[in-house]
Amino acid sequence: MEKRVVFRSAWLPYALVAPQLAITIVFFFWPAFQAAWFSFQLQDAFGLKTEFVGLRNFAELFNDPHYLKSFKITALFSVLVAVIGIAVSLLLATMADRVLRGALAYKTLLIWPYAVAPAVAAVLWAFLFAPSVGIITFALKQIGVEWNYVLQGDQAMALVVIASVWKQISYNFLFFLAWLQSVPKSLIEAAAIDGAGPMRRFWTVVFPLLAPTTFFLLVVNMVYAFFETFGVIDATTQGGPAGATQILVYKVYHDGFKSQDLGGSSAQSVVLMIIVIALTVIQFRFVERKVHY
Amino acid sequence: MKFNRTAAALACVWVTMVIGLFGCEQKKPEPPKPAPEAPKPAAEAPKPVAEVHPGMEIQWWHSMTGALNDRVNDIANGFNASQKDYKVTPVFKGQYPESMTAAIAAFRAGSAPHILQVFEVGTATMMAAKGAIKPVYQMMKEANEPFDPKNYLAAVAGYYTDSKGNMLSMPFNSSTPVFYVNKDAYKKAGLDPDKAPKTWKEFAAAAEKLKASGQACVYSTGWPSWVHVENFSSWHNLPIGTKSNGFDGFDTQFTVNSPQHVAHIAMLADYAKKGWFTYSGRRNEAEARFFSGECAMLTSSSAAQGNIRKNAKFEFSVNFLPYNDTIKGAPQNSIIGGATLWVMSGKKPDEYKGVTKFFAYLSSTDVQTVWHQGTGYVPITNAAFEATKKAGYYEKNPGTDVAIRQLNNKAPTANSKGLRFGNFVQGREVIEEEMEAVFAGKKQPKAAMDEAVKRANDILRKFEAANK
Repeated sequence: MEKRVVFRSAWLPYALVAPQLAITIVFFFWPAFQAAWFSFQLQDAFGLKTEFVGLRNFAELFNDPHYLKSFKITALFSVLVAVIGIAVSLLLATMADRVLRGALAYKTLLIWPYAVAPAVAAVLWAFLFAPSVGIITFALKQIGVEWNYVLQGDQAMALVVIASVWKQISYNFLFFLAWLQSVPKSLIEAAAIDGAGPMRRFWTVVFPLLAPTTFFLLVVNMVYAFFETFGVIDATTQGGPAGATQILVYKVYHDGFKSQDLGGSSAQSVVLMIIVIALTVIQFRFVERKVHY
Repeated sequence: MKFNRTAAALACVWVTMVIGLFGCEQKKPEPPKPAPEAPKPAAEAPKPVAEVHPGMEIQWWHSMTGALNDRVNDIANGFNASQKDYKVTPVFKGQYPESMTAAIAAFRAGSAPHILQVFEVGTATMMAAKGAIKPVYQMMKEANEPFDPKNYLAAVAGYYTDSKGNMLSMPFNSSTPVFYVNKDAYKKAGLDPDKAPKTWKEFAAAAEKLKASGQACVYSTGWPSWVHVENFSSWHNLPIGTKSNGFDGFDTQFTVNSPQHVAHIAMLADYAKKGWFTYSGRRNEAEARFFSGECAMLTSSSAAQGNIRKNAKFEFSVNFLPYNDTIKGAPQNSIIGGATLWVMSGKKPDEYKGVTKFFAYLSSTDVQTVWHQGTGYVPITNAAFEATKKAGYYEKNPGTDVAIRQLNNKAPTANSKGLRFGNFVQGREVIEEEMEAVFAGKKQPKAAMDEAVKRANDILRKFEAANK
């Protein structure tokens, strides 16, 4: 039986949601519409002359091979961050779950990086990997690896992936650990009695139970890689070298704020907005149904 | 510095997420100061500008850090102490592109500063923004301030002068790339430390010996496009773009894919392969590698001298840029970089009067002499140069006059007067991206420079369309 609470007043419910609505309109709808409006315009930097150009900004965007390259880079980057981040934290969580002595210390230490701002995390890693003074650079040189992420695109990508993953592991770890601890011991013991080894027990009993968490984390990590890694990239590679780490969000910022190309930048925002809407719909309509809760 | 920028970036990404991916477009009612502006390095908080000053406030947004920031505050304090009617308040607004963006946002919100320091590549954008700026010559005329552009160093003022000879902005900090050599490393490699290479051919011979002597990094450069494309062009009297490097109109096109340009980039790529050239990044990262002794040779801004002198634990010399002796007419003269002060529009006549007074103070020989000697930037007036020379400063400090001699090496041609390309912030980045692709061994020099020209031309066309 469902218990329903109904407002008698006609206006009270609206008054109660009004603050939320106001915030959504001011901080979401208004800028979004303005972005959409700007994306049809050609404007000089100071906003002195504005010309309506229809879809020209979009046409230019999709004829720009560097924009298309930015798509590929974003896809590669977010898959790497999500997959590596989830895999490593799952491994750490299963390990931490089995630790008996000093478990609290391990867990605390593993959760720490989450308190670090992405930009700070990036700076830490950038110091370690700095081309001339980095300690890891020095170690790599000893084993014959020439490391210079300001020039080599692959290395720059590796650096931003490492920094982004490191930052996100704590978050993933927390979720995995919580779920691991809620897996009924009886199931695992039953499997053990049936003769299943630890690996088999994990993959056939525990992991399926973790599927919803994994799916949830996949979504969160993708969103993280798409939008929140801005700080990491801005603090280390700034999209370089030769655009090798220029993800879509960074390009929006770069073109709009550094290059003062508002029309082009707004058009990119609109494209991003469409991608996010599409992703959200797909998630909730199709993918989520296939995961057992 | 870094943290300031990242903080701004962070604020930006949060806003971006919240407001639906639109980015941080400043809204009209927003105050002009983006939140994360407290950039003052904790270690050396700038002296507060005269606590209580009765004068009218003049805002001056700039991008000078460290010791340069102190010099800027000195100038403002000096001016404020010299009179009672106006008070100049210098505000650090981040690196050049950031302070420009901040000023543009402030202008749109109707609260622009009076004076804005804009780097040289932003010149065309500022010039095109007719309603947003107050040309300096016009302001001076309206305020009846005696002002003769001829008093200013031609190589500097020419860059910021329109086709009718009117100075549009006030020269402030100008430098040019020069060639630094670590004399101790030369000695160790068995080279004559007093004979720095004059041509790239001599450079190669020296580089080989330095490499053989076990030098970890033989040569590096700051500002790759500025040094190896823009100044390479003027130094060899080659055009960077059509229409006199853009001075004669917005319908200009880049020409940096000429055989000479491509050969130069190919030469650098070859040096990189041989271990004679180490790429350090697009800004001045290479300077630290030079003064730490890691790299034995460096091409970077003449304004780096102060910093190098302070940090280097070895003897070094400052020299002219090497040139390619197979190109006829080389060496021509180099072009400047750095920034000028632009006056923003929409202020009261009284306030412009104050800006005028401040500019007059700034151009005075005493202030300029101190600025030039204290920073390594070239003096902006001929009088300051003469005064410095007369005082015997250049004899006592060898190398400090290299920049100015290099700028004045020959009478400037259409190719070496400067450059004026719209959205060149973007254009320069495109060139640098393609150069990086070559140095990383991912692209052939010819293909990369062709692509750079094509992409940069697209940017010029967009600028042309937006500023018809």
